[in-house]
Amino acid sequence: MSRKKTQEKPSLKEVHSLSGISLKPFYDSNDLRSWNPARDLSEPGKFPFTRGLYPEGYLKKPWTMRQFAGFGTAKETNQRFHFLLESGQTGLSTAFDLPTLMGYDSDHERSEGEVGKCGVAIDSLEDVEELYSGIRLDQISTSMTINGPAAIMFAFYVACAEKQGCRIRDLHGTLQNDILKEYIAQRTWIFPPGPSLRIIVDLIKFTTKHMPDFNPVSVSGYHIREAGATAIQELAFTLMDGFTYVEECRKAGLEVDDFASRISFFFNAHLDFLEEIAKYRAARRIWARHMKHVYKAKNPRSWWLRFHAQTAGVSLTEQQPENNIIRTAIEALSAVFGGCQSLHTNSLDETIALPSKLAAHIALRTQQVIANETGVTNVVDPLGGSYYLEWLTNKMEEEAEIYFKKIRDLGGVVSAIEAGFYQKEISDAAERYQREVEEKKRIVVGVNQFQMEKEIFKPPILEITHETELTQIRKLKALRKRRNHRKAVQTLSVLGKAARGKANLIPYLIDCAKAYVTLGEIADCLRSEFGEYIPPSIV
Amino acid sequence: MERKIRILLAKPGLDGHDRGLNIVARSFRDAGMEVVYLGLHQTPEAIVRAAIEEDVDVIALSVLSGAHTTLFKKILGLLKRDGAKHILVTGGGIISKRDQKELAEMGVSRIFGPGTPVRESVEYIRSWFIKKNEENRKKR
Repeated sequence: MSRKKTQEKPSLKEVHSLSGISLKPFYDSNDLRSWNPARDLSEPGKFPFTRGLYPEGYLKKPWTMRQFAGFGTAKETNQRFHFLLESGQTGLSTAFDLPTLMGYDSDHERSEGEVGKCGVAIDSLEDVEELYSGIRLDQISTSMTINGPAAIMFAFYVACAEKQGCRIRDLHGTLQNDILKEYIAQRTWIFPPGPSLRIIVDLIKFTTKHMPDFNPVSVSGYHIREAGATAIQELAFTLMDGFTYVEECRKAGLEVDDFASRISFFFNAHLDFLEEIAKYRAARRIWARHMKHVYKAKNPRSWWLRFHAQTAGVSLTEQQPENNIIRTAIEALSAVFGGCQSLHTNSLDETIALPSKLAAHIALRTQQVIANETGVTNVVDPLGGSYYLEWLTNKMEEEAEIYFKKIRDLGGVVSAIEAGFYQKEISDAAERYQREVEEKKRIVVGVNQFQMEKEIFKPPILEITHETELTQIRKLKALRKRRNHRKAVQTLSVLGKAARGKANLIPYLIDCAKAYVTLGEIADCLRSEFGEYIPPSIV
Repeated sequence: MERKIRILLAKPGLDGHDRGLNIVARSFRDAGMEVVYLGLHQTPEAIVRAAIEEDVDVIALSVLSGAHTTLFKKILGLLKRDGAKHILVTGGGIISKRDQKELAEMGVSRIFGPGTPVRESVEYIRSWFIKKNEENRKKR
């Protein structure tokens, strides 16, 4: 480039997007020659939904402001939920601790030191009742970020709602329940792929029949991105997981239009503002095209890609944590321009601890400022038609299609996981990024430029003490003593029998939940039937 | 020539965030160290057993789950029990300054927080290793 000579230092090299897409200084109609606006862009609310799912965008209703929260005991998290709801949050999202996510009770030896640390500790229905105390579950949409034991937590949730007097038909919310991305990136699993997929299909079947407003799967790119993937990889790997769930349901005898509209998505909102907007638009278009043309869905609702977004934890820095407020605001704005259905904004202290009350407050207010003060909700897809954005949206779609083919050639998602394909793709990308930062090819404010000797802001830190673990274990032991032992043993053995057969496991899990069988006991019963996942060893 | 630095890398506990550990593993290898990579979901017992069997100089642990105090403490205790106190224990993750101080008092060496350039940890381990060897030589 000619600028090279005129500029002294640093020499301006070729410019790349955050995901490594090579960029020109500007884009014009020549870059959109094969682009057909009637076919590729259309109108908001019309196939292929590039511009959004609804003709009215956010004019009728803004996105759901859904802050991911959970720490300590159910009681402590319940207090945080009430604080967030009083502050104007419009949906709930529950973060569980690692023992819960891995299917261990709080008194299991592997749980030591982890109880209540990176989410709320849940051992039984009793904890879930306390978690949602004072919150009618038929009045608010509730999201639960859990995968390996998702069906067990779902059973606790349904049992809790029934005890509150709700009809389960009236429940709305989302269960993450996306085991494929656990094998790929997040790594909280219990069972091998076969039985895991069976349980997911069971959940889809159950909710399709009994809970029409509940999303039984949230196909997630968030964690894939956090693990180091680029925007293109996040997009491609996530949609490919989505296709896999569709195929599994069809194999299990479901008609695509019976369940497709219940599958939802979860994406990362990272820092490259326009690339992220292109990613969301491309995601909607690819999903719509595949659902209509490949899977032959007839109901337009089956073509919809609805998604939650969360700002990128990995983009935040420990140095000068106050700058994280700015990063999060920009990322959130990309999700809004991208037409998200719900959004979580990260707290500024993400790289130090779980969100303090102050940090959670600022994070929620960030969304409220965007929604109420900036005017960005006045017009649907306001950037649609931009040469650069449309070119980038096309590019994302093309690159994703190349990945789909690659993964299919490897025999599909499960085979690609077993072959270590994702592991290598993602860690190569992560390493590339780290190298760029260390070589100062990428600037991270406060980290490799504009550093300060002494921090000017010290955020308050949420401390979770060892007392939490002791309290939780005492509560669990008391429950085991108090509950009807015979009933607990009996429901559990019936579940084991069902797991050996082909029956839908969900009603059996709900029976266990109601008998106050614990999460670890249920998981152990299923472990003995299904075995445990052992990741392929890749160096 | 002196023998290569042998370093064991692991994630103790249930935490699955292995992006950082993977990057560090590659960088340590590129820097000429011998890396014993145990990976995810390791118990303190398994880590200490492997460290002794593989005769490593350093154990480097990555913990982003908040369980660091319990896990580091257990590992230090096991090393002491098994007569392997000479092994340097270091690590990184989401660990507050206050907890870093507590870990240091327990006997954990430096903790590398988010945003640390990998070469900083490589240099730290190298200079520790050189110093240790010199001290050993003097003792002889």
